[in-house]
Amino acid sequence: MPVDRQAIRATRRAAISIVLFVALWELGARSHSWLVLPTFAPVREALGMLGFRSERLPWIGAIPAPSNVASAWLTMLHDAAYWRSWGESSLRVLFGFGTALLLGIPVGLVLAMSRTAFGVGFPVLELLRPIPPLAWVPAAIIFWPTQELSIAFVTFLGAFYTIVINVIGGAKAIDPRYLQMAEALGASRWNVFRRIVLPAALPSIVVGAVVGMGITWEVVVAAEMISGGSTQAGEAAGGGLGFLIWSSYVGGSYEQIVIGMISIGIAGLVSSALLRKLGALLTPWERLR
Amino acid sequence: MTRVSEQTAPITPPARSRRGALRIDEVSKIYDPDGAAVSAVDRCSLRVEAGEICMIVGPSGCGKTTLLQAIAGFHPISSGTITLDDEVLCSTDKPLAKPGSDRVVVFQNGALFPWKTNLENVAFGPLVQGTLTKRAALEKARGMMAGAGLTEVEHNYPSEVSSGTRRRVEIVRALMNDPKVLLMDEPYRALDALTRRVMHGALLELYYRQPVTMFFITHDLEEAVYLGHKIIVMTTRPCRPKQTIPVTLEHPRTPEVVTSARFLALLRETRAAVDEEALKAFQDGEKEG
Repeated sequence: MPVDRQAIRATRRAAISIVLFVALWELGARSHSWLVLPTFAPVREALGMLGFRSERLPWIGAIPAPSNVASAWLTMLHDAAYWRSWGESSLRVLFGFGTALLLGIPVGLVLAMSRTAFGVGFPVLELLRPIPPLAWVPAAIIFWPTQELSIAFVTFLGAFYTIVINVIGGAKAIDPRYLQMAEALGASRWNVFRRIVLPAALPSIVVGAVVGMGITWEVVVAAEMISGGSTQAGEAAGGGLGFLIWSSYVGGSYEQIVIGMISIGIAGLVSSALLRKLGALLTPWERLR
Repeated sequence: MTRVSEQTAPITPPARSRRGALRIDEVSKIYDPDGAAVSAVDRCSLRVEAGEICMIVGPSGCGKTTLLQAIAGFHPISSGTITLDDEVLCSTDKPLAKPGSDRVVVFQNGALFPWKTNLENVAFGPLVQGTLTKRAALEKARGMMAGAGLTEVEHNYPSEVSSGTRRRVEIVRALMNDPKVLLMDEPYRALDALTRRVMHGALLELYYRQPVTMFFITHDLEEAVYLGHKIIVMTTRPCRPKQTIPVTLEHPRTPEVVTSARFLALLRETRAAVDEEALKAFQDGEKEG
C-alpha cells in the first residue's frame, strides 16, 4: 500500500523536523552555558564587534529553554487557571467565529446574487475591510456595554470580512451554464439558490472559514492583551490565553509566555484541522478533483 | 417498435415523434455592444420536423450558437419568430423566450452539477419542477440510467467518470424531462475520435427508444452525416441557411455505413458547401485583422 508508506514517511519527516527544531532551540537557549568555553572565543569576539552582549547568543539566548518550558508546563497542567484561560479564549473564538459565519454567509450570498445589493453594500464593505480589527478595540470598548462583548465583537470582525469576500468570490465564480441549466430544468429562484448557488459556493466558503478561523485566533489574543487585563469597576471579564501571555510578561515568568504562545499555536492548528475535516465532509465531490 | 420503417421509408426514422416541430422565421440578431451594430443572424428561416435530427454546420462564430441560445431562452432575438409546435417561443414583440424543460441544452463541455451524483443529476428536473416526488424521481432516473447502461455510475460524482460517460449522463438527464427538442451545442467536440464514435452509437440507441427532435450544432461533418436526417449548412456572418442536404441514409444506422458510397458522397457534398463558407469566413477575418 503505497499511500500508507507515504503517510509514514510524512510523519517521520514531521517528527524529525520538530525534534531538530526543539534541539536547536535548547542549544540556543542554553548558549550562556557553552558560549563561555574558550573554544568559542572568536564567536564572542564577533558578537561583541557587532554590538551584542557576548555572554549569550542574541535573540534565541534570551528565550527560555524548551526543557524549562516543558517542566513549567507540566506544573501548569494541574493549574485550573491555565485551563480557564483556554476555555475563555476558545469560547470567544467560537462565539466570534460562529457569528461571523452566521452573518457572513448570507451577506456574501446576497451581495453576490443581487446587483443592487452589491452596488449599495460592497463599497461600504471595502471601506471598512482594511481597518484592522485591533483598530476597533477602543471603539468597541466604548459602544459595547461589557468588555466581553467588546472582545467578541473584535473577534467577529477578524473572521467576518474574510468569510464575506470568499462567499462573494465563490458565488460569483459559478459557471453560468449551471444557472442556465437549472433554469431550463425548471428550478425556481429558491431552488437555484439552494441547489446550485449554495453548493457551488461551498468550497470557497470552507476556504474562507479556515482562513477566518486563523485570523480569529490572532485577533482574540491581541484583544485580550489590550482590554482583557484591566478589570476595572469590579468587572469579571478578562482572562484568556492572550491575558495569560501578557500577565506572564508583566510578572516576569518567561516560561509561561512561551507556554501561552504554544498553546495558541496548538489551538489554531486543532481548530483549522477540525474545520478542514468538516469542510471535506460537506463537499465530498471536491476530494475527487 | 423501433425498426419498422427500415424498408418502407428509408429517410424517416423509426417511430417518428409527432411533437417537437421547430420553426424559425425571419429571425435576426444584432449585437450592439458599443454602437457598432454587428449582425450575427440575418433573416434566418429554417424548419426542423418533429422527431428529426437536424444537423447545423457552418464556420466558427457564424451565429449558430446564437440561434440555439435564442431557442433555449438564454438570449433575446432582435426580430422574427421562433415557434415550437404551436407555441410561439419568442418573437419581435417578446424577444426573450422563457427557458423550459421542453427544450434542454446539452453544452459543449457538459453542465452536470459537480456537487450532485449522476443519479441526482438525472433526477434534478422532475424534482425541482415538483412533477414527481423525490422517491418517484429517483426511481424514474434509475430506470432511465439502466436503459442507457449507466447503472454502474449512478452513485458516482460526475468528476469520477470519463468525459464520454458524463455526456451520456447529461443526455439522459435531458431526456428525463421528456423534452420536445434537444438543443445540442457541439456536445462531443471535446471528446477524442474513438469516444465520439461510441457516443454516436449510444445517442442513436437512445433516440430510437425516444425519438426526440434534435437541433444539433457540430463542426464534425462525419458526425453530421452519420447522425442527421438532414444537414443545414449555414453561411458565414451573418448566419443564414445556405443549403439543406437531406441525408438519404437508412435508419437505424450502423457503423458500417460510414464506408458506403452514399455516405461518402454526402460527406463530399457537405464538405464542399462548408468549405466555401469557411474560406469566406477566413478571408473576412483577414480583412478585419
